[in-house]
Amino acid sequence: MICLTTISRVFQMGEQDVRALSKVNLEITSGDYVSIMGPSGSGKSTLLNIIGLLDRPDSGRYELDGRDVTGLSETERARVRREKIGFVFQSFHLVPRLTAAENIELPLILDGVAPAERRARVNEALQGFNLGDRAGHRPPELSGGQRQRVAIARATILRPTALLADEPTGNLDHRIGAEVMALLERLHNTGTTLIVVTHDRELGARAHRHIAMRDGEIVADEK
Amino acid sequence: MKLRDTLHLSLKTVASYRTRSLLIVLAMALGVAAVVVLTALGDGARRYVVGQFSSIGTNLIVVLPGRAETSGGFPGAALGQTPRDLTLADARALGHLPQVRRYAPLNVGVAELAAASRLREVTVLGSTADLLPVRHMRLAQGSFLAQERGAERSAQIILGAQLVREFFPQGNAVGQRVRLGDRRFLVSGVLAPQGESMGFNSDEIVIIPIGYAQALFNTSSLFRILVETKSRGDLASAKDAILDILKQRHDGEEDVTVITQDAVLATFDRILRALTLGVAGIAAISLAVAGILVMNVMLVAVSQRTSEIGLLKAIGAPSADVHRLFLAEALWLSLAGGMTGFALGHFGSLLIRIAYPQLPAWPPVWASFAGVGVAFATGLLASLLPAARAARLDPVRALGGK
Repeated sequence: MICLTTISRVFQMGEQDVRALSKVNLEITSGDYVSIMGPSGSGKSTLLNIIGLLDRPDSGRYELDGRDVTGLSETERARVRREKIGFVFQSFHLVPRLTAAENIELPLILDGVAPAERRARVNEALQGFNLGDRAGHRPPELSGGQRQRVAIARATILRPTALLADEPTGNLDHRIGAEVMALLERLHNTGTTLIVVTHDRELGARAHRHIAMRDGEIVADEK
Repeated sequence: MKLRDTLHLSLKTVASYRTRSLLIVLAMALGVAAVVVLTALGDGARRYVVGQFSSIGTNLIVVLPGRAETSGGFPGAALGQTPRDLTLADARALGHLPQVRRYAPLNVGVAELAAASRLREVTVLGSTADLLPVRHMRLAQGSFLAQERGAERSAQIILGAQLVREFFPQGNAVGQRVRLGDRRFLVSGVLAPQGESMGFNSDEIVIIPIGYAQALFNTSSLFRILVETKSRGDLASAKDAILDILKQRHDGEEDVTVITQDAVLATFDRILRALTLGVAGIAAISLAVAGILVMNVMLVAVSQRTSEIGLLKAIGAPSADVHRLFLAEALWLSLAGGMTGFALGHFGSLLIRIAYPQLPAWPPVWASFAGVGVAFATGLLASLLPAARAARLDPVRALGGK
């Protein structure tokens, strides 16, 4: 359960204040599939970053699974991100010098999971995401679709309650993009909340709830 | 994040940036090696000088009559006594001490030397055969005073190098007869030129048996007794023993002064130690430079890996973990640099020892550890700023590569 109340976020661009989010109220129930759409600069990425605790609102209140996470310390926020949130980015953000398996393993290392269990869970994920034969390859040796699959495996290895995807198919061609979306939707079907930011109408339409944003405000919210 | 994983992950990072890591390790290693090699040189020089000093008589104790210190009323004065003279018998008594290798009694005076129709005043040393080894003098020609007992009777004379040049320009001094004061002597040896030492120019002296000197100067007392101990370690106990024995022989009166050469050596030792420390300090500056290099490279690494840091934060790494990861990287680099430098420095010292066998260029233990320690410290210090910068990065901006 994600509950945002009058969330505002203001960026300073030189002399000017830019209002990226302006008193946004939003409630997303657990297990929902939501798309956030809108033109560039509409505040959709900022909204996603605030939901993912990467960014802090300047005002307003954020409750995640019944807990007020607005005023948490940096260390606490990192912990919540690790345990409840999985991020998938447009540019994958894999660590180039680590292999696919090592990239997937990173969150487990951060969480202090013992090596033996890490290995087992990484192997499971590699099989689950059909990357078994790519475990020892580094990102530059992987195709775009494989890279995003590694990124999704990494985002979900700690079984987060919410999966946040920012333009997950933006760097992929249509067919591979559809495959990646199918993968994300499959994860949604296992109970994970899925929030996708995109400006691809076709992609946005696949969600169960469609939120449209413009100039830092939610202008439409349809089921 | 567990410490083990932090160390492992950072090691993997260090290993994957091969060129960068090698350069830092090289800079660090050169700094540490400089400290090790330079202190080895400095300490080697110190040991060399100390060794040289020892060879010209650090084991030397000088006994002179009279007390050099001011003390309360001289007890003998009330009874009309004066301090006793040092005598040849005193000197022989010292010769029986177990710590003493050899000794030489010494009388000094001035007399007129005449030979080959030339004439001049010379400083006369009266002594025994052991004066030569005790004072580390060398002969150019002939032989020194005869060794056997009672040899003091034979009228030998040893001439200084300068005197030979003046009296016998052709160099055929040995076997010539000369007159010293009112007695005739046979020249049995010539000293090698040695210049000034212990207060007089040994090129312008003559040496005659002590008995003749005492007769010449009409005295039975000695000017000095030079005592050489078996080792430097014996100096202190020999000094006490000498004082003891002379006190006994002088009716319980401590009326002699005993001086060791050790004090001079200690001064040299201190000076050269300070010099070594100074050189080590200069070498440590190169380590500081290496530290700045580490800082630069780490700062570049932070800005190059901004988006990676953003990602780590996005997947739940707290700032403290990011901080520790970068510190650990610097730790590995310093460790590798320190160890390589240690090995390099010791290898360099070995090469110096092979090239100059007379120079004992062993790096002092403290310098090796200090070098590696300073490398460690500078590496860590230099990475504090970059690591803190990485930890402070805002994840959203970092993910955008900003």
